[in-house]
Parts: sequence; C-alpha cells; structure tokens
Amino acid sequence: MRTEKSRVLRLSALIAAGSLVLTACGGGDIEETAAPEGADECGDFDIAINPWVGYEASAHVVGHVAATQLGCNVEYKSLKEEVAWQGFGSGEVDVVIENWGHDDLKQTYIEEQGTAQDAGPNGNMGIIGWYVPPWMAEEYPDITDWENLNSYADLFVTSESGGKGQLLDGDPSFVTNDEALVANLDLNYTVVYAGSEPALIQAFRSAEENRTPLLGYFYDPQWFLSEVPLVKVNLPPYTDGCDADPEAVACDYPVYTLDKIVATDFAESGSPAYDLVAAFNWTNEDQNVVAKMIAEDGMDAEDAAAQWVEDNQEMVDSWLG
Amino acid sequence: MTAVADRPPAPEAPLTTTPVAKEPVRRTGLLLAAIAGAWVVGWALFQGVATLPLGRAALTGFQRSLNDLRDAFDAARNSNFVLDVVFGGIRDGLDAFVSAARGLLSQPAFPRPVPEIGWLGVLAIFAWLTYALAGLRSTVLVVLSTLSFALLGYWSDSIDLLIVTFTAVFFCLLIGIPLGIAMARSKAVTTVVTPVLDVMQTMPSFSYLLPLVLLFSIGASAAVVATLIYALPPVVRITAHGLRSVSPATIEATRSMGSTRGQLLRTVQLPMARRTIIVGINQTIMAALSMATIAALVDGPGLGQPVVEALQSLNIGNAFVAGLAIVIMAIMLDRTTTAASERAEKERRAGREAPHRRLVLVVTGVLALAAVYLSRTYLWAADPERLPDLGGPLADATSSATDWITDTFFGATNGIRDAATYGLLNPLQSLLADSPWWLVVAVLLAIAYVLGGWRPALISAVCLGVILGVGLWQDSMVTLTMTLVATALVMILAVLFGVWMGRSRRADTALRPLLDAGQTIPPFVYLVPALALFGPTRFTAIVAAILYAGPAAIKLVADGIRGVSPTTVEAATAAGSSTLQVITKVQLPMARAALVLAANQGLLYVLSMVVIGGLVGGGALGYTVVSGFAQAQLYGKGLAAGIAIVALGIMLDRITQHAAARQGRR
Repeated sequence: MRTEKSRVLRLSALIAAGSLVLTACGGGDIEETAAPEGADECGDFDIAINPWVGYEASAHVVGHVAATQLGCNVEYKSLKEEVAWQGFGSGEVDVVIENWGHDDLKQTYIEEQGTAQDAGPNGNMGIIGWYVPPWMAEEYPDITDWENLNSYADLFVTSESGGKGQLLDGDPSFVTNDEALVANLDLNYTVVYAGSEPALIQAFRSAEENRTPLLGYFYDPQWFLSEVPLVKVNLPPYTDGCDADPEAVACDYPVYTLDKIVATDFAESGSPAYDLVAAFNWTNEDQNVVAKMIAEDGMDAEDAAAQWVEDNQEMVDSWLG
Repeated sequence: MTAVADRPPAPEAPLTTTPVAKEPVRRTGLLLAAIAGAWVVGWALFQGVATLPLGRAALTGFQRSLNDLRDAFDAARNSNFVLDVVFGGIRDGLDAFVSAARGLLSQPAFPRPVPEIGWLGVLAIFAWLTYALAGLRSTVLVVLSTLSFALLGYWSDSIDLLIVTFTAVFFCLLIGIPLGIAMARSKAVTTVVTPVLDVMQTMPSFSYLLPLVLLFSIGASAAVVATLIYALPPVVRITAHGLRSVSPATIEATRSMGSTRGQLLRTVQLPMARRTIIVGINQTIMAALSMATIAALVDGPGLGQPVVEALQSLNIGNAFVAGLAIVIMAIMLDRTTTAASERAEKERRAGREAPHRRLVLVVTGVLALAAVYLSRTYLWAADPERLPDLGGPLADATSSATDWITDTFFGATNGIRDAATYGLLNPLQSLLADSPWWLVVAVLLAIAYVLGGWRPALISAVCLGVILGVGLWQDSMVTLTMTLVATALVMILAVLFGVWMGRSRRADTALRPLLDAGQTIPPFVYLVPALALFGPTRFTAIVAAILYAGPAAIKLVADGIRGVSPTTVEAATAAGSSTLQVITKVQLPMARAALVLAANQGLLYVLSMVVIGGLVGGGALGYTVVSGFAQAQLYGKGLAAGIAIVALGIMLDRITQHAAARQGRR
C-alpha cells in the first residue's frame, strides 16, 4: 500500500514536471495582442465617466480614438460630477469631457488651486428644465406656465411626496436647482429623486404610455426626446447672475455651453491625448446617435463608439489634425 | 454580525421571580403608556410648531463651517505636513500597493491586454493556498467559487474586492493581534481600548466615509482604511478573550516551571488560543468583506461598484448577478477560514503532519506554477471574457422575472407598501417630525429614564443635543421613525420564529443554517430584492433592514426561549396551561432579558441598514450622507449627517443596553 501511494505520487510529480516542460515549448499569443505603436508617446489616459448616457457616448468616442489611433492606455473611471474634480489634483482623472456650468468648482479648482484647466467647449449645448409628457400638454395647455403649477399640484401627489405634488428629479448628483426653486417660487411640490437617468426615462415613458401625470427634470442633449417629445414648463426666464447663490435661485436654467475640463498636469504633459481632447468637437445630434445605440439598442459603449468612428472618420481626422 | 459575538450575554432570569417581576413591569408599562398619551396630546395641540425643518438644498451655519473645514483641508493638502507627509504618505503607499496587486491579478497591465497573472494562474494559486491551509473540501469550494466569478462576468471586480479586503485584513491583524495581546495582559489597556472599540462597532459604517475622504481623498486608500476601521474590533476582542480563557491551571504550571512572560505567551497561550484567534480572524474577514462593498461609495475598487451603479439605475438583473458574486465570495471566505481553523486545531492535537502531505504540496505547487505560466502566455488562460458568459443571461432572466413579479403582484406589493407606509410609517413619522422638538426631546428622555434609569437618560440628552446642534433634526426624526418601525417588525418576526425555534428542535435544525447564511451575506446585497419588489421608497429601506437584522434577533430570542428551564415549562404544562399560555405567561417573560438584548442588537443592525437604504429611496440621514459625495456644497451637510447617525446609534444602544441589564437584574 505504501509503495502504491508513493508510486502514484512519484508518477504525478513526473507528470507535473513534464507539463511544465511542455508549456515552455509552446509559443504564447499574448505578446501578439499587446498595444499598438505610439504607446510610449501617449501613456496613461484617465477619462472620468459621469452617470448619464450622453456623457458616456462622448467619453467612449474620445477614448476609442485615443486607444486605437494614438495607442494610449485608456482607463474609464465612473465618478459623480463633483467627485471627479477632486481627482484632477491627485492624478486619478485627466479629463472631464462634458462639464455643465459648475462655476463654483471652476472657481475652486481652476482659479484657486490651479489643478484643472478649461479646454474649451465640446460643441454641445445643454438645456435643463421641467417637463411634462405630451399628453398632459394637450389636455392641460396652461400647465406649461409655472404660475399655474400650484393649481395642478393634486395631480402629482404620490406616496413619497408627503401630500404635495411630486417633482421628479434624476440622479441626485446632477446639476439641479430644483429644491431651491420649489422653495423660492412657493410651489406646493416636493422634489423626489428617481435616483438615476434610466429611472427618470422609464418614469416618463410609462407616464406617456399609461397617461399618468408626471412633472419632472429633464435635459437636452438626450436621445429620449426624439422618442417622446416632452413639453417644457416655463419658469421665470433666466437673467445673468440669477443662479449665483444656489439657495436663492428663482429662475429657469441657463443654456449651458458644455465644455471640457482637463487636469493641469495632463495639459502640460505634451501627451497626444491632450491635443485630441482640445480638438474634440461635435453636435447634440452626433451625441444622441451614439447615446441611443448604447441605451436603446443595448450596444456596449465601446462598440457603439467604434461604429460611430467608423461612420464618421472624416470628423475624427479633423480632431487628429 | 460581529457585534453579537462580543457582547456578554445578559444573565438568565432566575426561576422564581415571575410573580414579583410583574409589578415593576406593570409599572413600567403604565408609565410608558402615560408618556405616549401625553405625547399624542402634545402633538395634537402643537402640530407643526417649532419642528426645525431644513430644505434639502439649505445648510445651517454649522454645516457651512464644515464645508469651510473641507475647503481648508483641500487647500492645505500639499502644504500641511501632517496631511501631506503622514496621510499623504499612507494614501500613496496604500494606493501603490493596491494598484500593484491589481496589475498583477485583475486589471490589464499596460501594454499587456490582460493582468500579469491571468485567471487560470490566479485560480491555481488560490486552489494551492487553500489546499495547504484548509484541506481538500475547501479547495473544491474555492475553485468553484473563483470560476463562478469569471463565469458571471465580474472577474476583475471580484479580485479587486478580494485585494481590498485582504489588504485591510492584513493591517487589521498587524494592529489587532498585538493589541488583543496587550489587552489580555493589562487591565489598564483594556479599560482604555474597550470604549474605543465600542464606538467603532456602534458607528454605522456610513458615518465615517466622508471624514475619511477629507483625509485620504477618494480611491483605494480610503476604501482600505474604512474597511480597516470597521473590521478591527472583532479580532482585537476575540484575541483578548481567547488569551484570557486559556486555563489558569496550565498557566500556573508553566509559570511554576520558570517561564518568562514572553515564553509563556509564545509557547503556551498563543498556541492554545489559536483556535479562538482564528475565529477572530474569520469574523474580521467577514466584516472586512461587508465593508469593502460599501467602500464603493468612496470609489473603492471591487464588486460594490457594479452593485451601486445597478441599484441606482434600477437594473435589478445586474444588481442580482453582482450581489450573487458577493454572496458566493462571502460563503467561500467564511467556510474556508472556518475549515482552516478546524484543520489548525486538528494538526495541533495530532502534533504532526500527515505523511505524504509535503510531497503532495510540492507536486501541486509545481502544477500551480505551470498554470501561472500558461496564463502568462496564452490568451485563453488569461482573459476571463473568453469563458462562456453566464452572467449576461442570468441578469436578463432575473430582470424579466422581476418585471413579471412586479407586474403580476403589482397590487400585492404596492398594497403592502402603501399599507405599511400610510398605516405605520407616516403616522409615526408625523408624531416624531411634526411635534415640536422640545416635546420630542422631553418624551425621549422620559422613555430613556423609565426604561433604563438616569444614565441612559443623561446620554440621550447629550446625543439629542448633538443632533440639534448639527441642524438635522427633521432628517434624524425620519431615520428614527424608519428605525423604530423596522425594529418593531423585526421583534415581531423574532418572537414568532424565535419561539418556534426555541420550542421545537426540528424547526431549529431546519432554520438555523438559513439564519447563519443570512448573517454571512454583506448588507448591501439585501437592497436588491427590496428595491426590486417595492421601488425606491422608505419602505424599501425598512424591508432591507428587516432582512439584515432578522437572523441575529431570531437567534437571540430562540436561545433565550431555550434557556428557560424545562422544569418550569413542564410544571406549567402539567398545571393545565395551554400552549399559548405557556408561551405568553412563562417562556416569554422569563426570556425577557434575551428579548431586550435582541431588541438592542436589532436596533443597531436596523439603524445601519436604514441608513444604507438612503441609496434606494430611504431618504433622510442616509441620503444626506450620500448627497455629500454627490454635490460639493452639500459636503458639510453629509458630514453633519454622519455625526447625527452616530449620536442616534449611541442613544438607542445605551437605552436598550441599560434596559437589558435591568431585566437581567430582576
């Protein structure tokens, strides 16, 4: 018995050694798939991803071009809007590709700390507002004037809105003045957060399908507006400086010129990725095409970006100069 | 989960006090009823007066000053010595270590498209380590679990979570075991360290996330430190306990042979306490795992991130698959470390290794190295995406199943949610949040005094003062409402199931493994089924809290019921009492101490879960903490919410602990 056991063990030791020798003989295929040329020149490229699909579309298009045509080591980091700015100083984040306003963050990180820089507009124009589904605009035409909202408050009551009308917001990290607006315009409404963009879209979709009332925060560029043309509720018009104090806002949102913010270290590093970011420029329609592929058609963000780049090589070439 | 192992059980109620105990109980009951009555009257009269509301976007002066504190930290980050060198050094060190480990095991190591060691190599290394430490059965479990991470499509996240967990556990052991030894040796150290450990275990994990971000900024280092803080107390306490329980006779004998204290420690105490210390390591690993998932909120790498993303986009399918991976990891770690401790005990008793073990280890080690080499050269052995994808279909199936369930039982789930919300939650919330603050403070202090005496009343006064000071009175009242409702429901469940388990051995053998499994699961995972059924509401947070706190409370009540002397139960049955009378008049009253202890544990578990439920519509303090991450101008408010959560936790803990001690004394 003992000899049997030791024989088995010796045999298995032999097999182990043999397999080791055999594996040394085969060629590997990992080296063949290593990164393309230009890798040394570009190095690491960290793009922050904020939680809305339009942003994801822009980021993945830029990242795809950087990875395939510039040989960069692209890493995408899922971060909330404001948290991403902290990453500029620590080197975690190189670029925020779509910034909505945030004058306070610009003041802190660009003016005061100098860890970030403005890399210019990305070509998209951002509009935030309060919207209702199209059926409500037909049935209650005067609901599009904010002064009539209080008379419709009962329509929007839900179990989480504490007896008041519900104003549905999206991701709590989105740029929003809604809490202050509801308080300062004396509206009998409570802000309830759906939690995310998909939840918000789902809510509007079922509100239109089932003809249930819904008043909510929404924005352009957003591919959903081509599926369900939500109708905007007009708040007091925006004037310069009316949103300077976030607690005292009582006016509508401005039209945001969306821009790109980069880390100072990244801008000064001479990386070709920085030149790409500085030159990156496309329209709301372009972004909606890619965003729809990701959200509606369920495509992987990388694949959607790859497809768009393939169909629009001329525009990409203009960025690469 | 970890708290249960460490609280000393309340002494059993003596046999003959049933008739005598009724008097104080009746008086307590009457007093509580009188307080409740006065409260309702006060609410009716003064509803809406002085309720201290605070708009979501508004901040108090104190909260603004916390914002300024954060700005000061940010500005001083590169200039202040302590921040730059000490904390910055720790941060850079931890970040570098975790990045290196990730590049080795889980993330593509540029320019390689795959990690240095691919999935096959990692699998082989895990299998070999498990075989060396814990035996064949555990090896099979580990191999299957690790494969499942790859098949579910969360390979890199799973390995990242293991890296963060074990980095934290490493430092926990480095700090905790010596600290436990020091505690076992010196009473002075014990008296100093115990309250600190108490606070660390009472503090819901959410509350120290934001302060850590102040010091370490977001990323892997903050995740590791948060996990370290949460997971340290178990190993310290259990090590101290294990060393203290080494038989005094053995210690005497060793001392009398002339050993020094150091020799005593090394040759006798540590080996004999080895089994207990390994139990402590097991508890620490489980605590670290559950915290590491929450650390996704500070951008810590790991499985927590896909769960948070999926929860926030209401993608139940993905949340379920990622949650499943976490549960598999929890079971794998728990069983493996338990098996390791049993093997350590067996080897210690046997005194020698099994004969061929060393040779087997060498042979399998060579095989493992071969696997590592394969995974470095061939893509199929390195890239987990080439394996069949079970995660995608599973996520889709779960999403469809959930949609079907919510559509079909729309009426039932909505009905339950609305019944609980309009029937229990809203009235109690109105009572707490719409009454003047001075009325609620007076009522809470009176209740604290009646239940526990002047000490908890004093502590409650301080805690309520803190809550008022940080300016989050309304949010705290909403959280307190959810906590109380959830605890009441947990206690109902605990009594129902605990009595059943306590009275019937079969029920106990059937249910206990389920309860044990329930306690292994990290709390984050409970959010998934709750969200799927009830949508993003406060009720969801309550359901998740019930699922999380239920097992511990049920087990405590079951143990309490079983602890009631069978002779007494026999006597009562023989005297002609019905089953219901035996339960309500004999077993439950005599297990009162266990009931109150269950309430204490239930309250703390529920509080920490209700706070986490802020992520899925629970609102109030938990939500305020999370919004501190999301919006820069709300950071001070989030920090204040963390402080309020701690105050609430301490207040509830002290009241119920003193109430439990009182019950035990009777």
